[in-house]
Amino acid sequence: MVLTMLALSLVVFTLVNLEPNLRKLALEQNNNRMSQEAVDSWLDKNGYRRPFVVQYGEWLGGVLTGDLGYSTRFRMPVNEVLPKRLGYTGILAFWVLVTMVPSALLIGILSGMREGTALDRILSIFSVATTATPEYVSGILFTVIFASMLGWFKGVSNVNNITFENFTLPVMTMSIYGMGYIARMTRASMSEVMTSQYVRTAHLKGLPFRSVVLKHALRNALIAPFTVILLQFPWLLTGVVIVEKIFNYKGFGWALVEAAENNDIHLLLACSLVSVVVVIGTQLISDVGYAYLNPRIRVES
Amino acid sequence: METINFWELWGGVAYRFWPVWVGMAITYLLMRANRKHIGVFGHLLDSPVGVTGLMIVLFWLFTAVFADVVATFDPLEQFYRHRRKPPGMVELESMIPMYFGSDNLGRDLFSRMVYGSRFVLLIAPSATLVAFIVGITLGLPAGYKGGRTDSILSFIANMILSFPVIVLFYLLVTPGIRETALPNVMASVFFMFPIVFALTVLRSRFSERPGLLFPWSVIILILGGWLYSGVVFNSDPLGLISMDPNELNIFAAVVFASSPGVFRIVRGLTMDIKTRDYVAAAQTRGETPWYIMLWEILPNARGPLIVDACLRIGYTTILLGTLGFFGLGLAPESPDWGSMINQTRGFIRLVPTIVLPQTIALASFVLGLNLLADGLREESLKD
Repeated sequence: MVLTMLALSLVVFTLVNLEPNLRKLALEQNNNRMSQEAVDSWLDKNGYRRPFVVQYGEWLGGVLTGDLGYSTRFRMPVNEVLPKRLGYTGILAFWVLVTMVPSALLIGILSGMREGTALDRILSIFSVATTATPEYVSGILFTVIFASMLGWFKGVSNVNNITFENFTLPVMTMSIYGMGYIARMTRASMSEVMTSQYVRTAHLKGLPFRSVVLKHALRNALIAPFTVILLQFPWLLTGVVIVEKIFNYKGFGWALVEAAENNDIHLLLACSLVSVVVVIGTQLISDVGYAYLNPRIRVES
Repeated sequence: METINFWELWGGVAYRFWPVWVGMAITYLLMRANRKHIGVFGHLLDSPVGVTGLMIVLFWLFTAVFADVVATFDPLEQFYRHRRKPPGMVELESMIPMYFGSDNLGRDLFSRMVYGSRFVLLIAPSATLVAFIVGITLGLPAGYKGGRTDSILSFIANMILSFPVIVLFYLLVTPGIRETALPNVMASVFFMFPIVFALTVLRSRFSERPGLLFPWSVIILILGGWLYSGVVFNSDPLGLISMDPNELNIFAAVVFASSPGVFRIVRGLTMDIKTRDYVAAAQTRGETPWYIMLWEILPNARGPLIVDACLRIGYTTILLGTLGFFGLGLAPESPDWGSMINQTRGFIRLVPTIVLPQTIALASFVLGLNLLADGLREESLKD
């Protein structure tokens, strides 16, 4: 994990220090009608022209001592910008998970317990349709329907004043996009469990269908979706960027876009590190959790 | 302002698409007649889900092919008197209706949507194809040989996959990057793979028949070199093949973002298939590793790979839309669905229908690919 982070930060560092990107930074920091000489002298003065190794070493040393650098876009240290933005996104992600996971599991179980029925068909088409609609499509469609036509919600959010009215659409957009995938996985694993021997035995000994599903099938069917839910976090990160841009919710994703658009070197590096930590961390948790939930793996290892 | 009514609007739209309907009908009938000979695509006709998906994909395919016939206006022509108009308004000079209304600069949304399919259906499948060849060429040896090759390649793949796609695009697809040689370098590496792949396929097949190996290799080198010079360096000696620097940049970035996924799938499939008996038989016969990988393992992995290709074309379409949505890479006036969504979304309050054609087009195409993949998976599991 440390190795991945090092390699990635090197790649990002190389890309942001390319000449055109540095020029963009200089223009953004001063004014847009700067001459080439002024750009050069500004870059020289602020130490962007020093050897690559020195600059990278300086940044790395800072990171190791807990200083993530200075954000040129927000004109304050990254250590102040990032936690605030991450907190806002945390609220968003929390509500997305709270709404997405139970409904996705419910859809998956309902359609997987009796494969091939009309209910299964309808729910399956629903989940395919939601996975096929990216956030920038569904978010805009929801805005058209619920904000412009019906007027129930607001199409713009505000991090400082989260209300039901302006927060529903971002959460809805994100959770509906992720729902389909989890539901499909749950359905697949549920329908596999329902055809297994022990469920048939439970049927044959005369247990009612409800208790077969709830007591026998469910526990085993939920192992696979658990990993899928955790592996959704990387996707949540990308989704967050798009949704935050559509609804102008100024969280982590918004900060990331701002950093990338303005070539804010330190903030961009910090954002990349955060996302790598999230991605690799969830992979680790999902591996451990999978072993915990599935006794067969636990015993073997 | 002159408008047409609901029936005239949808009747007109249905009529404009006539070459598409004809094309879809002919394809369907041809497939129906030859269903015994086209493998899994023949079985596909038994599954309603698969047929629905196939029809949606064919619809957009033929729309892209016949865009010139279907579209009513030039996608770039701006009518200043008709900005942000709702659907069904008639353009006063030509008396042709603007079926889906017009955008913020007075361009006909219907024609832009139709032409937008061209960009997507050109870039998405070809980028997916290149990503597949890259993924297969690297994934086969990684899965088959394992060891150090595998750990290095897997490390790189996981690294790219753990990187948020948006940051990747912000770093790789900018006008600034186009000034440097980076997109060309990336493209030159990626487009090398198809040529190397084709040569390896030949060499492993005809290694004992130099009489066949040599002429085929020469043909591939000439053809590949011609395409390569045209696409990557824009220096095709015949001047037939060329690629816009913007598009090359996008192409390289999309291939870069999606080939690690293919790599992982191919690697997993290879590790599964290499334990089969026919692979052991080939090893005992003394076949070379590349022969086993390309002629024993790869054909047996084709089922999951075809399904994955359908899903991945859809995913690439979403990526292209994301690029357009963030205004990256493409010329601002280009009629691709992502850019159209980005440009019109600010006017939802004034004209709610202004974003509908392009959003529904993109969603329906991806949905079609997903349904097609579902149908293929269902039918290939039945055998």
